[in-house]
Amino acid sequence: MIDRTYGTRLPGLPPGELGGKLVVIEGADGSGRSTEVALLKEYLEVEGHPVVDTGLRRSNLVSEEIDRAKQGHTLGATTLALLYAADFGDQLENKIVPALSAGSTVLADRYIYTLMARAIVRGASRDWARHLYGFAFRPDLVVFLDARPEILLHRSIGKYGSLDYWESGMDLCLSRDFFESFFLYQDRLAREFEWMSREYDFHMVDANRRPEAVHAVVRDLVMPLYGGVAKGRSRRRTRPTPPEPAASA
Amino acid sequence: MIRENPSPKHGYPGRLFVFEGLDGSGKSTQAALLGKWLAATGYRVFRTEWNSSELVSSTIRRGKKKGLLTPTTFSLMHAIDFADRFERTILPPLRAGYIVVCDRYSYTAFVRDAARGCDPDWVRTIYSFAPTPDVAFYFRVPVKVTLERKIASRLKISYYEAGMDLGLSEDLHDSYERFQGRIKKEYDRIAITDRMTIVDSTRPVEPIQAELRSAVRPILQGFPKGEALLHD
Repeated sequence: MIDRTYGTRLPGLPPGELGGKLVVIEGADGSGRSTEVALLKEYLEVEGHPVVDTGLRRSNLVSEEIDRAKQGHTLGATTLALLYAADFGDQLENKIVPALSAGSTVLADRYIYTLMARAIVRGASRDWARHLYGFAFRPDLVVFLDARPEILLHRSIGKYGSLDYWESGMDLCLSRDFFESFFLYQDRLAREFEWMSREYDFHMVDANRRPEAVHAVVRDLVMPLYGGVAKGRSRRRTRPTPPEPAASA
Repeated sequence: MIRENPSPKHGYPGRLFVFEGLDGSGKSTQAALLGKWLAATGYRVFRTEWNSSELVSSTIRRGKKKGLLTPTTFSLMHAIDFADRFERTILPPLRAGYIVVCDRYSYTAFVRDAARGCDPDWVRTIYSFAPTPDVAFYFRVPVKVTLERKIASRLKISYYEAGMDLGLSEDLHDSYERFQGRIKKEYDRIAITDRMTIVDSTRPVEPIQAELRSAVRPILQGFPKGEALLHD
């Protein structure tokens, strides 16, 4: 089973082939991830593929602790990073593994990459984060929805009516101003996604567009996994122009 | 920022003394006695033990009850517990120049997680934030002795302590001996590779304590006592 993870043995797995596919949709808050996950789930099910969707912080084991910790802001960076890792591990073994072994497609709304980026911008080393999540399964496909900070900002405000404390990285004390902190934080995250996109083979999708246009591209990326043929759109999109430095925001 | 007397092992101005060994090896008794002596001698001492943090003990309890825990998540839950304890109660006194006496440290995770089948390199990397202690005592004792001590003091053997989740044996005592045997084997191994100070813990408490006091004296050569901070 070691060949299915990023290098760390996962003890206690049930024997046998895990037949299902693991598809990951990554992207910042406001990049249109949830919309795309819903569209893709619908599409795959209509095509006849059973789908189990999963996200971050939905497990039974520690989600309450994470919520409590976030409310109290009382945890150190290492502790919080490990708490997320435990939550992910719980989902991997108690949700993703059973679904894959039943032959379902697991559609993950974010995966280890977001968790790693968050941990790294809070002081963890890249190496530590990479090793920490070494037990995670390699996805069959990672789609990264790449949107400009301005787009993220508009969607974020549209969704919450304001900027979210955590998505603005206010705990990092980069700036006391939400607006400025949001840009500084997203810029730092983008820097981490940049190296990960190469190391973990992300398929970058330009997400500065309407949901239907994004979905058409994602669908073409997913179809070959099921023996289908993409409908002529480019398989891989290049990254759009890098965001302006936050200082000019 | 306190910069005097950096430890040659970890660079912090405090000192880190670690006590490791199986449950029932006598390490807690020894840690308590050494801590008393150090404090009475005038040093600033802070004593801490594993599993005292509130954060995850409830989660571990709930996870155990529901059988949700796997070797990997079990390992991570303990890492959270340790990290929280480390960031909150070990690092600050260490930076403030205290002698921190730790009843169990990262070695406990190394041996327990290895006995559960986790990748040792993975576990070591996770705990890489924990600095190397000035001294790590390993209280070596046969598993049989710890079991006798447990039975004599009428302590219950817990499901996970016996490694029952691994299916080594249907019988609790038998499973305990096998699982703790694995842990001991791992302790014996890393005691050499990690240069721990091995203490024969089959002996009575007093001679062992005397040995520990002799062992830490050279480490504390020139290390200031609490009063040294004050003016006359």
